[in-house]
Amino acid sequence: MTPPLKLKHLLSAGDLNRDEATLVLDTATEMAATAGREVKKLPTLRGRTVVNLFYEDSTRTRISFEAAAKRLSADVINFSAKGSSVSKGESLKDTALTLQAMGADAVVIRHSASGAPHRLAHWIDGTVINAGDGTHEHPTQALLDAYTIRSRHGRIEGLKVAIVGDVLHSRVARSNVALLHTLGAHVTLVAPPTLLPVGAVAWPVDLGFDLDAVLPTADVVMMLRVQRERMTDSFFPSEREYARRYGLDADRVRSLPSHAIVMHPGPMNRGMEIAPEVADSARSTIVEQVANGVSVRMAVLYLMLGGSR
Amino acid sequence: MTTFLIRGARIVDGDPTDLIIRDGVIAETGPNLTGGPGAEVIDADGLVALPGLVDLHTHLREPGREDAETVESGSRAAALGGYTAVCAMANTSPVADTAGVVEQVWRLGRTAGLVDVQPIGAVTVGLGGEQLAELGAMADSAAQVRIFSDDGHCVADPRLMRRALEYVRAFDGVIAQHAEEPRLTDGAQMHEGITSARLGLPGWPAVAEEAIIARDVLLAEHVGARLHVCHVSTAGSVEILRWAKARGIAVTAEVTPHHLLLTDTRADGYDPVFKVNPPLRTGADVDALQAALVDGVIDVVATDHAPHAVQDKECEWPYARPGMLGLETALSVVWLAVGHRLGWDGVAERLSRAPARIAGLTEHGHDPAPGRAATFTLVDPAARWTVDPAGLASRSRNTPYAGLDLPVRVVATFLRGEPTVVDGKAVR
Amino acid sequence: MAYPAADSPDPIDAVSGKTIISSADLARIVDRIAHQILEKTDGARDTMLLGIPTRGVPLARRLASRIRSFESVEVPVGALDVTLYRDDLRLRGARAVGPTDLPRGGVDARRVILVDDVLFSGRTIRAALDALADLGRPRIVQLAVLVDRGHRELPIRADYVGKNIPTSVDESVRVLLAETDGIDEIRITGKEPS
Repeated sequence: MTPPLKLKHLLSAGDLNRDEATLVLDTATEMAATAGREVKKLPTLRGRTVVNLFYEDSTRTRISFEAAAKRLSADVINFSAKGSSVSKGESLKDTALTLQAMGADAVVIRHSASGAPHRLAHWIDGTVINAGDGTHEHPTQALLDAYTIRSRHGRIEGLKVAIVGDVLHSRVARSNVALLHTLGAHVTLVAPPTLLPVGAVAWPVDLGFDLDAVLPTADVVMMLRVQRERMTDSFFPSEREYARRYGLDADRVRSLPSHAIVMHPGPMNRGMEIAPEVADSARSTIVEQVANGVSVRMAVLYLMLGGSR
Repeated sequence: MTTFLIRGARIVDGDPTDLIIRDGVIAETGPNLTGGPGAEVIDADGLVALPGLVDLHTHLREPGREDAETVESGSRAAALGGYTAVCAMANTSPVADTAGVVEQVWRLGRTAGLVDVQPIGAVTVGLGGEQLAELGAMADSAAQVRIFSDDGHCVADPRLMRRALEYVRAFDGVIAQHAEEPRLTDGAQMHEGITSARLGLPGWPAVAEEAIIARDVLLAEHVGARLHVCHVSTAGSVEILRWAKARGIAVTAEVTPHHLLLTDTRADGYDPVFKVNPPLRTGADVDALQAALVDGVIDVVATDHAPHAVQDKECEWPYARPGMLGLETALSVVWLAVGHRLGWDGVAERLSRAPARIAGLTEHGHDPAPGRAATFTLVDPAARWTVDPAGLASRSRNTPYAGLDLPVRVVATFLRGEPTVVDGKAVR
Repeated sequence: MAYPAADSPDPIDAVSGKTIISSADLARIVDRIAHQILEKTDGARDTMLLGIPTRGVPLARRLASRIRSFESVEVPVGALDVTLYRDDLRLRGARAVGPTDLPRGGVDARRVILVDDVLFSGRTIRAALDALADLGRPRIVQLAVLVDRGHRELPIRADYVGKNIPTSVDESVRVLLAETDGIDEIRITGKEPS
C-alpha cells in the first residue's frame, strides 16, 4: 500500500499538496481526541528518536514538539542553543554528523538562517522537520493555523484570510500564503509598503496597504508580530503610527463580520499590532492555536515517522 | 630553452599553420615548417592558438588565507585555464595597500613562474573606504601597480572616489570599482527579486550596483579620468555603460563567466556554492550581459576567481562567504554561453587583447605572430570535459559547475616560450 | 456518519475473485451472530459494540439493528481505530488514521464486543486490545467477526464467528458491504504470481 504522505522532509508548507495537507489536518483531529483521554500516550512511535535542534530560543514551539513526540512514545532529545556545543561554534555540519551517529530518526530544527533545514537534510539520513528557519518558513505553524481555521469555520476553501503586518520578515506569513492557497482560501496581505517583499507580486495573493478596506469582508484576520527594532531600520516611523495604521484595536474589530476570527502566532506585542482586549476576546483563537499545535505536530510526526523508510 | 614546432594550429580564426617557438619568441609561422634538430614537435591538428588569456580580476588569497589558495596554486589554475597573466586583487590579509605587500605578491608570482602575477593595489588603507592608500608608492614599486581596487568593498564615499580617480591620472592608473551601495545591501544574501522573496533571504537590489556605476561614470567624465567597473551583473548597468560610452566617457567594464550563464534560481536548495557578490540575477540580466559582451559594451571577461575553504562554504547560506572559483573553467563557460556569437576572434579580444590593454600589460594580449613573445595557449574546440571539484588545481572546491559537461579544453599554455601546461597538465 | 474510503490493498474489481458468500447468506450470518450475542450475553445488557474501521463499523451497526429488531434492546455502537497501535507500522507507510468514537459513558466496567470483518493473524485485535486499555477498563472484552480465515500468529480467538473459511496464506478474503462497497458479498482472491 502506498503511504499517503510521500514526503521525506517537511521543509516548506509548499511541499504539501491539497490531499496531503488535508490528511495532516484529518489526522490531527484524531490526535486531538486523545488529548481528552486519561492515558494521553499512544505507542505509535515507540523506539523512534526525535531530536529537537533549536538554535533559536523558542520555548513554546520546542515544548509543543516535545509534547507531541512524547505522546506518541518517541524518545526525545533536546539540543538547545544555550550551553551546548551548538553555542560554542560547532558547525551545523558537525552537529549533523553527531546526530547521524546517534541514530536520530527525525530532527526538528529551528534556526535563524533561512535554508538551514535544507542543508541539514543534505547531511543526515533521518527526517528533517523545519520548525522555523530565518525568514523563510514555519510549516507546522501554518498547519496548526489551518487546523484552527477549519475547526472554527468548518472549512477553509473559499474563506477570505487577511494576513497583516511584517510580511517581509515573517516565515509564518510565507508558510501560510503557500498552505492557504493550496487549501483553496483567498489571501490578502496587508502591510506598509516597506514591509512587503518586492517579490510578493508573484505570490497567489492580493496585496493591500489599507487595513480598514479589508476588514469588513474578512473571515479570518491573522496578525503578525512586528518587531519594535524595525523602527530603527526605518521600516516605519514610530510605534504610534504603526499601531494607528495597522494595529487591530477594538474599533477595527467592530468592523469585522460577526463570524470572523482573529489569529496571532505569538508572541504578541500587546498594544502594537493587537489591542489587549482584542487578544482576549472570544473571537481570538490565540490560546487554542497553542493546543492545536500539539495535535498537528503529533499528526506530522506520525505521518512522517510512523511508517517504513 | 627548448625549441618547439607546433604543427597545424589555427591562429585565432585563421587557417591551420605551423609555428616555431625559439628563445622565448615566435620565430616563424607558415606551412610545412621544420624545427631543426632537438625541436619538440606538438601536433596541433584541430587546435586553436589564442593569445594568452589575461584575467583582470582574481583572488589569490596569499598572504593571509593560504588554506584557500596560494599564489602558486592560483597560478597553476590560471595556466590550466589558458591564462598567461592574472591581476591579483588586494583584499588579502594584510591588505595590499603598501609597496611592501604588493611587491611580496609580485615576487611570489615570479617564483611560481606559471603566469605573470600583476598585483592590484587597494584604493584605501585597509579597504576602510576612508583614507587613500599610498597609490604612488605602489605604482613605483617593483610590482608597478596600475590598477587599484577595494574589491570586496565599494568605494562608497563619492568624494573619496573622486579623489582617487583624479590622483591615479598622474601615473596612468585606473580605479576598478566594486559597484555596491553598501546602505542598500545591508545583510543582503542574494539578488532581490521573486526568488529571494520565496526563499526568505534578504535581497541585494540591482539598483545598488546601477546607482554607483551611474555616479562613477559621471565622476570620471567630470575629472577626465579612466574608470573600470568590476563584475557587471545587471541589465540596467549595461544600459548605463552604453550611455556613458556613447558620451565618450573612458569607462571599461568586465563580466564574470558565471554571470553569463547562471541565474538566481540556483539558490533553491540553499547550496552556498551559488552564493556570490554581486549575486546571480535573472534570466533577463543574463541575456543582457551576453549581448553586451558580444557587442562590446562590456569590454572583457574577468573571472573574479574567489576560492573559499570548505568550512566557509559547507554551512548555512547566510554564514557562507560569497564567491566562486573561475580560472580553470572560464574559457569553457564563456564558449558555452556566447562562443558561437563571439567566435574565436571575439574570445581573443575579450579574454586577452582588451584586458591586456586595460591593465597595461604590454607583453600580453598579442596574437601569435613572428617576433612576438611566445605567450599563448592552445585549445581544443572539439573536446569536452566534466568538471570535478576535486580534480581542479585550486586548493578550494567551490565551483558552481560540478558535474557539468563543458566544451573546449586547454591543451597547452606557453609563457614567453616556456610551457606551463602540456597535454592538459601543469608542468609543475 | 460518513464512512472513510475503503482501505484495501487492491482495487475492488467486480470480476476478480470467487464469490463464496452471497448477499442473502451474508444477511443470515449477521442474524445468526446477533442471536448468539443475545444468547451468550443474556440479553446484551450493559454491552456496547465497537467496530474496527473500516468495515467493522457498518457491521457493528447492522448487529445493533438486528438485536434491536429481535429483542428491542438498544446496544450502543462506536468505532475504535487501531492504526496507531499496530505493530506493523514500520513495515508499511504510515496509514491514515480512522475515527475513534466511544458511546457516552466510555468503556469502564462495561462489556465491549469488538466487531471486525475478517480475523486473520490476530494482530489487529491485539492492537485493538492495547487501544482499549488506554481508553479505560472494560469489565469484559469479546470479539465478533464475520469471517475467521485461520493462520493466527497470536493467541487470539473470536467469541462469535459468522463463518469459518479455511484459506491458504497467499489467498485473500474480501468482505464487501453495501455501506462501503455498494454490494454485500464475501470473495476469495488467489494471489497473482508477480
